[in-house]
Amino acid sequence: MNLTLKVWRQKNTNTEGNFENYDVQGISEDMSFLEMFDVLNERLINDGKEPIAFDHDCREGICGMCSMYINGSPHGPNRGVTTCQLHMRSFKSGDTITVEPWRAAAFPVIKDLTVNRSSFDRIISAGGFVSVNTGNAQDANALPIAKEKADEAFAAAACIGCGACVAACKNASAMLFTSAKISQLALLPQGQAEREMRAEKMVAQMDIEGFGACTNTGACEAECPKGISLENIARMNREYFGAVLSSKEHE
Amino acid sequence: MATSPRLDAKIPDGQLSEKWTKFRSTVPLVNPANKRNIEIIVVGTGLAGASAAASLAEMGYKVKAFCFQDSPRRAHSIAAQGGVNAAKNYQNDGDSVYRLFYDTIKGGDYRAREANVHRLSEVSGNIIDQCVAQGVPFAREYGGLLSNRSFGGTQVQRTFYAAGQTGQQLLLGAYSALQRQVGLGNVTMYTRHEMMDVVMVDGKARGIIARDLISGKLERHFGHAVLLCTGGYGNVFYLSTNAMGSNVTAAWKAHKKGAFFGNPCYTQIHPTCIPVSGDHQSKLTLMSESLRNDGRIWVPKKPNDTRPANQIPEDERDYYLERRYPAFGNLVPRDIASRAAKERCDAGYGVGASKKAVYLDYAAAILRYGRVEATKRGMHNASNEELQVMGKEVVKEKYGNLFDMYKQITGEDPYEVPMRIYPAVHYTMGGLWVDYNLMTTVPGLYALGEANFSDHGANRLGASALMQGLADGYFVIPYTIGAYLSGDIRTKAIPTDAPEFVAAEKAVQDTIDKLMSIQGTKSVDYYHKKLGLIMWDKCGMARNEVGLKEAIEEIKALRKEFWSNVRIPGDANEFNPELEKAGRVADFLELGELMCIDALNRNESCGGHFREEYQTEEGEAKRDDENYAYVAAWEYKGDSDYELHKEELVYENIKIAQRSYK
Repeated sequence: MNLTLKVWRQKNTNTEGNFENYDVQGISEDMSFLEMFDVLNERLINDGKEPIAFDHDCREGICGMCSMYINGSPHGPNRGVTTCQLHMRSFKSGDTITVEPWRAAAFPVIKDLTVNRSSFDRIISAGGFVSVNTGNAQDANALPIAKEKADEAFAAAACIGCGACVAACKNASAMLFTSAKISQLALLPQGQAEREMRAEKMVAQMDIEGFGACTNTGACEAECPKGISLENIARMNREYFGAVLSSKEHE
Repeated sequence: MATSPRLDAKIPDGQLSEKWTKFRSTVPLVNPANKRNIEIIVVGTGLAGASAAASLAEMGYKVKAFCFQDSPRRAHSIAAQGGVNAAKNYQNDGDSVYRLFYDTIKGGDYRAREANVHRLSEVSGNIIDQCVAQGVPFAREYGGLLSNRSFGGTQVQRTFYAAGQTGQQLLLGAYSALQRQVGLGNVTMYTRHEMMDVVMVDGKARGIIARDLISGKLERHFGHAVLLCTGGYGNVFYLSTNAMGSNVTAAWKAHKKGAFFGNPCYTQIHPTCIPVSGDHQSKLTLMSESLRNDGRIWVPKKPNDTRPANQIPEDERDYYLERRYPAFGNLVPRDIASRAAKERCDAGYGVGASKKAVYLDYAAAILRYGRVEATKRGMHNASNEELQVMGKEVVKEKYGNLFDMYKQITGEDPYEVPMRIYPAVHYTMGGLWVDYNLMTTVPGLYALGEANFSDHGANRLGASALMQGLADGYFVIPYTIGAYLSGDIRTKAIPTDAPEFVAAEKAVQDTIDKLMSIQGTKSVDYYHKKLGLIMWDKCGMARNEVGLKEAIEEIKALRKEFWSNVRIPGDANEFNPELEKAGRVADFLELGELMCIDALNRNESCGGHFREEYQTEEGEAKRDDENYAYVAAWEYKGDSDYELHKEELVYENIKIAQRSYK
């Protein structure tokens, strides 16, 4: 198949970017979207031009590195997949495809389609853990956890931290990402001791990083490649307000 | 055979089962006040690196951690699917520390070190405890207790899992522990940084040169010790199940600075991967070994049978693993399953357009689970349709994400038609040689996880990579590093303007300048693909003397061409992924040659190393214990010049035998 790509090019964080058009020919429908970019980049290199920089690593939908905003959707038109799992059979010959980086103040562009998502790491550092040093643990089966709870916690823990939720949100809110971690740990007995502090600190860090507010449009859930549910945001709000009400810092 | 005097494995004396306990109780300690002044560099943040960095920081050491990805959470451990082994015996099926130890040694075809493997078995249970305490959501039964499944090469159920995303959940657990220490200021995290070389001062590893991948700037970092947790080198084959960025560079630079490379030819070819679909292919996707719990592997009995799978009647199907290995059936170890698939395809029984695939069929499992569900629900006359629906629900619960992944990649629905699978490069058992303390032959330089050679012999069992990575990071290095650092408490931080740092940085800069100045006509990928083909054809699932000798010459020629004709666009002082790839491929072009040299030296077949000249009449691997029961540790002496050192493998607790899964 033959396609026209309209791709965002930007030299670095401090320069302005712009769209450039590329015609790509002879694309097989079995290729992944990133393999189509490999073909284009190989051609650019052979023509003495600079290839397009984009993030990618595992290419099987789990590392969360790939991050293309394709035709107005994070990770493209299909639900429940990352860019690396999007295959060209989802497009038709003759299509024009627009590809941009994630757009959010908290995710500055590094180059072309590559952005800086270290704000997510700082949110986790603020409280996305159970404070248990190596060697402190009791026998694993000493703590039975109802299967339903464990499954629910797993569903929240399946977040890959790609940032599609932020890219999908008109406010660039990181509520879905943050709430997934808060939910996972709030659902499990291991997370109870630090429950209130965790919610307060992670939400505070989210604000410091410059992510926007949530206005409940649900775009994040719709675009999440791992199907992280909006219920997590509701749970986070309960956790947060509960924490603020009972917090000693606010007395 | 005697062990080379250059290889002191430092295995503690005493009974096998008491070595680790005794060692832990007597290893020298570093007191808390001194720990605060000791800096440790950890390169790589997968299971081994993240768990080591977090644990060492918790103990009070000052840690600097490095990863080339944009976040430590993205290290390729994240992609491990099936599970993690531990000798908990929760299933009451006769498991024990000894049995896990025995299975691992046997699975490795008697080419691993007894003391290390026994220690791994001993700490395996602690890993599960630690992960659960962190909030890792393992699969559970309705009673609230942990669930297990089986993996290849074992007859017990000792594999803990979280759907088909076990690696992800374990890594996120270790990552959260790491980020906690980052938040507390005990770990300084350097993301999008690549280690370019080790810095040696007075014969010890005392730091690294790293490149900030965004600015392109070279940085000097001091450490009293350096830990390489940088994974395996499967990407030397270009096509593998590794992530695109997985590379050998850190380990290879260490090798060139004096760290011996152990058993480089031991490569694991995983039997169940999605077959190659065309020349555009950039990587291969694994379908978890857990699928062999319930799936049945077969090919048509007739060669070149072009009928669709569901039109081939039962009695015209050859379930070749069940036929050849009735005791273990579809759950034979990976090396055996891979070779058996290759044998059938080479003989003309392969399926699919390329004829390089076999079927992994879930029809029987769907029906079986459907019947179980019908019984549970009291449906005594359930129709076939109802059985199908209920059976598919159970399969979806167990393997849903894997089935979805297959469908996304191939466009076929594995609930309806059997999956087509073929072996692909997955893991490397070889790696930097380490002693019992995980130290390489360079003082102060350690290797953990897949980056070292230690625990899996010539073939790794499924669900043992996660176990080893976390064992090394959480439970081994925190103790063993004391043996070295307790002698280093008076060493002050060495300023990074010391001549050794300056010289090391200059050498790195010179290499980058050289690469950028070539401005040839071919891309980095062009050379990487060519190297991959040579390796796959001549140093892959089957090897022979003629092919290996050819490969060595071809790699040398390719390396020469690379250094005179590669084209790297852009600038070295900016974000430049092509330059990153070029540095990694340059190292693969050297490693590939050493792998072939090692494979040529080893005149036997064992585990993943199959030399066609050495096989039994039934086509099984034929070991030569008299002459090759050793670890081949290679010393770098110069361009294409390697010296072999042997570590004799002594089996005092296991009777070494012909491996049989029949």
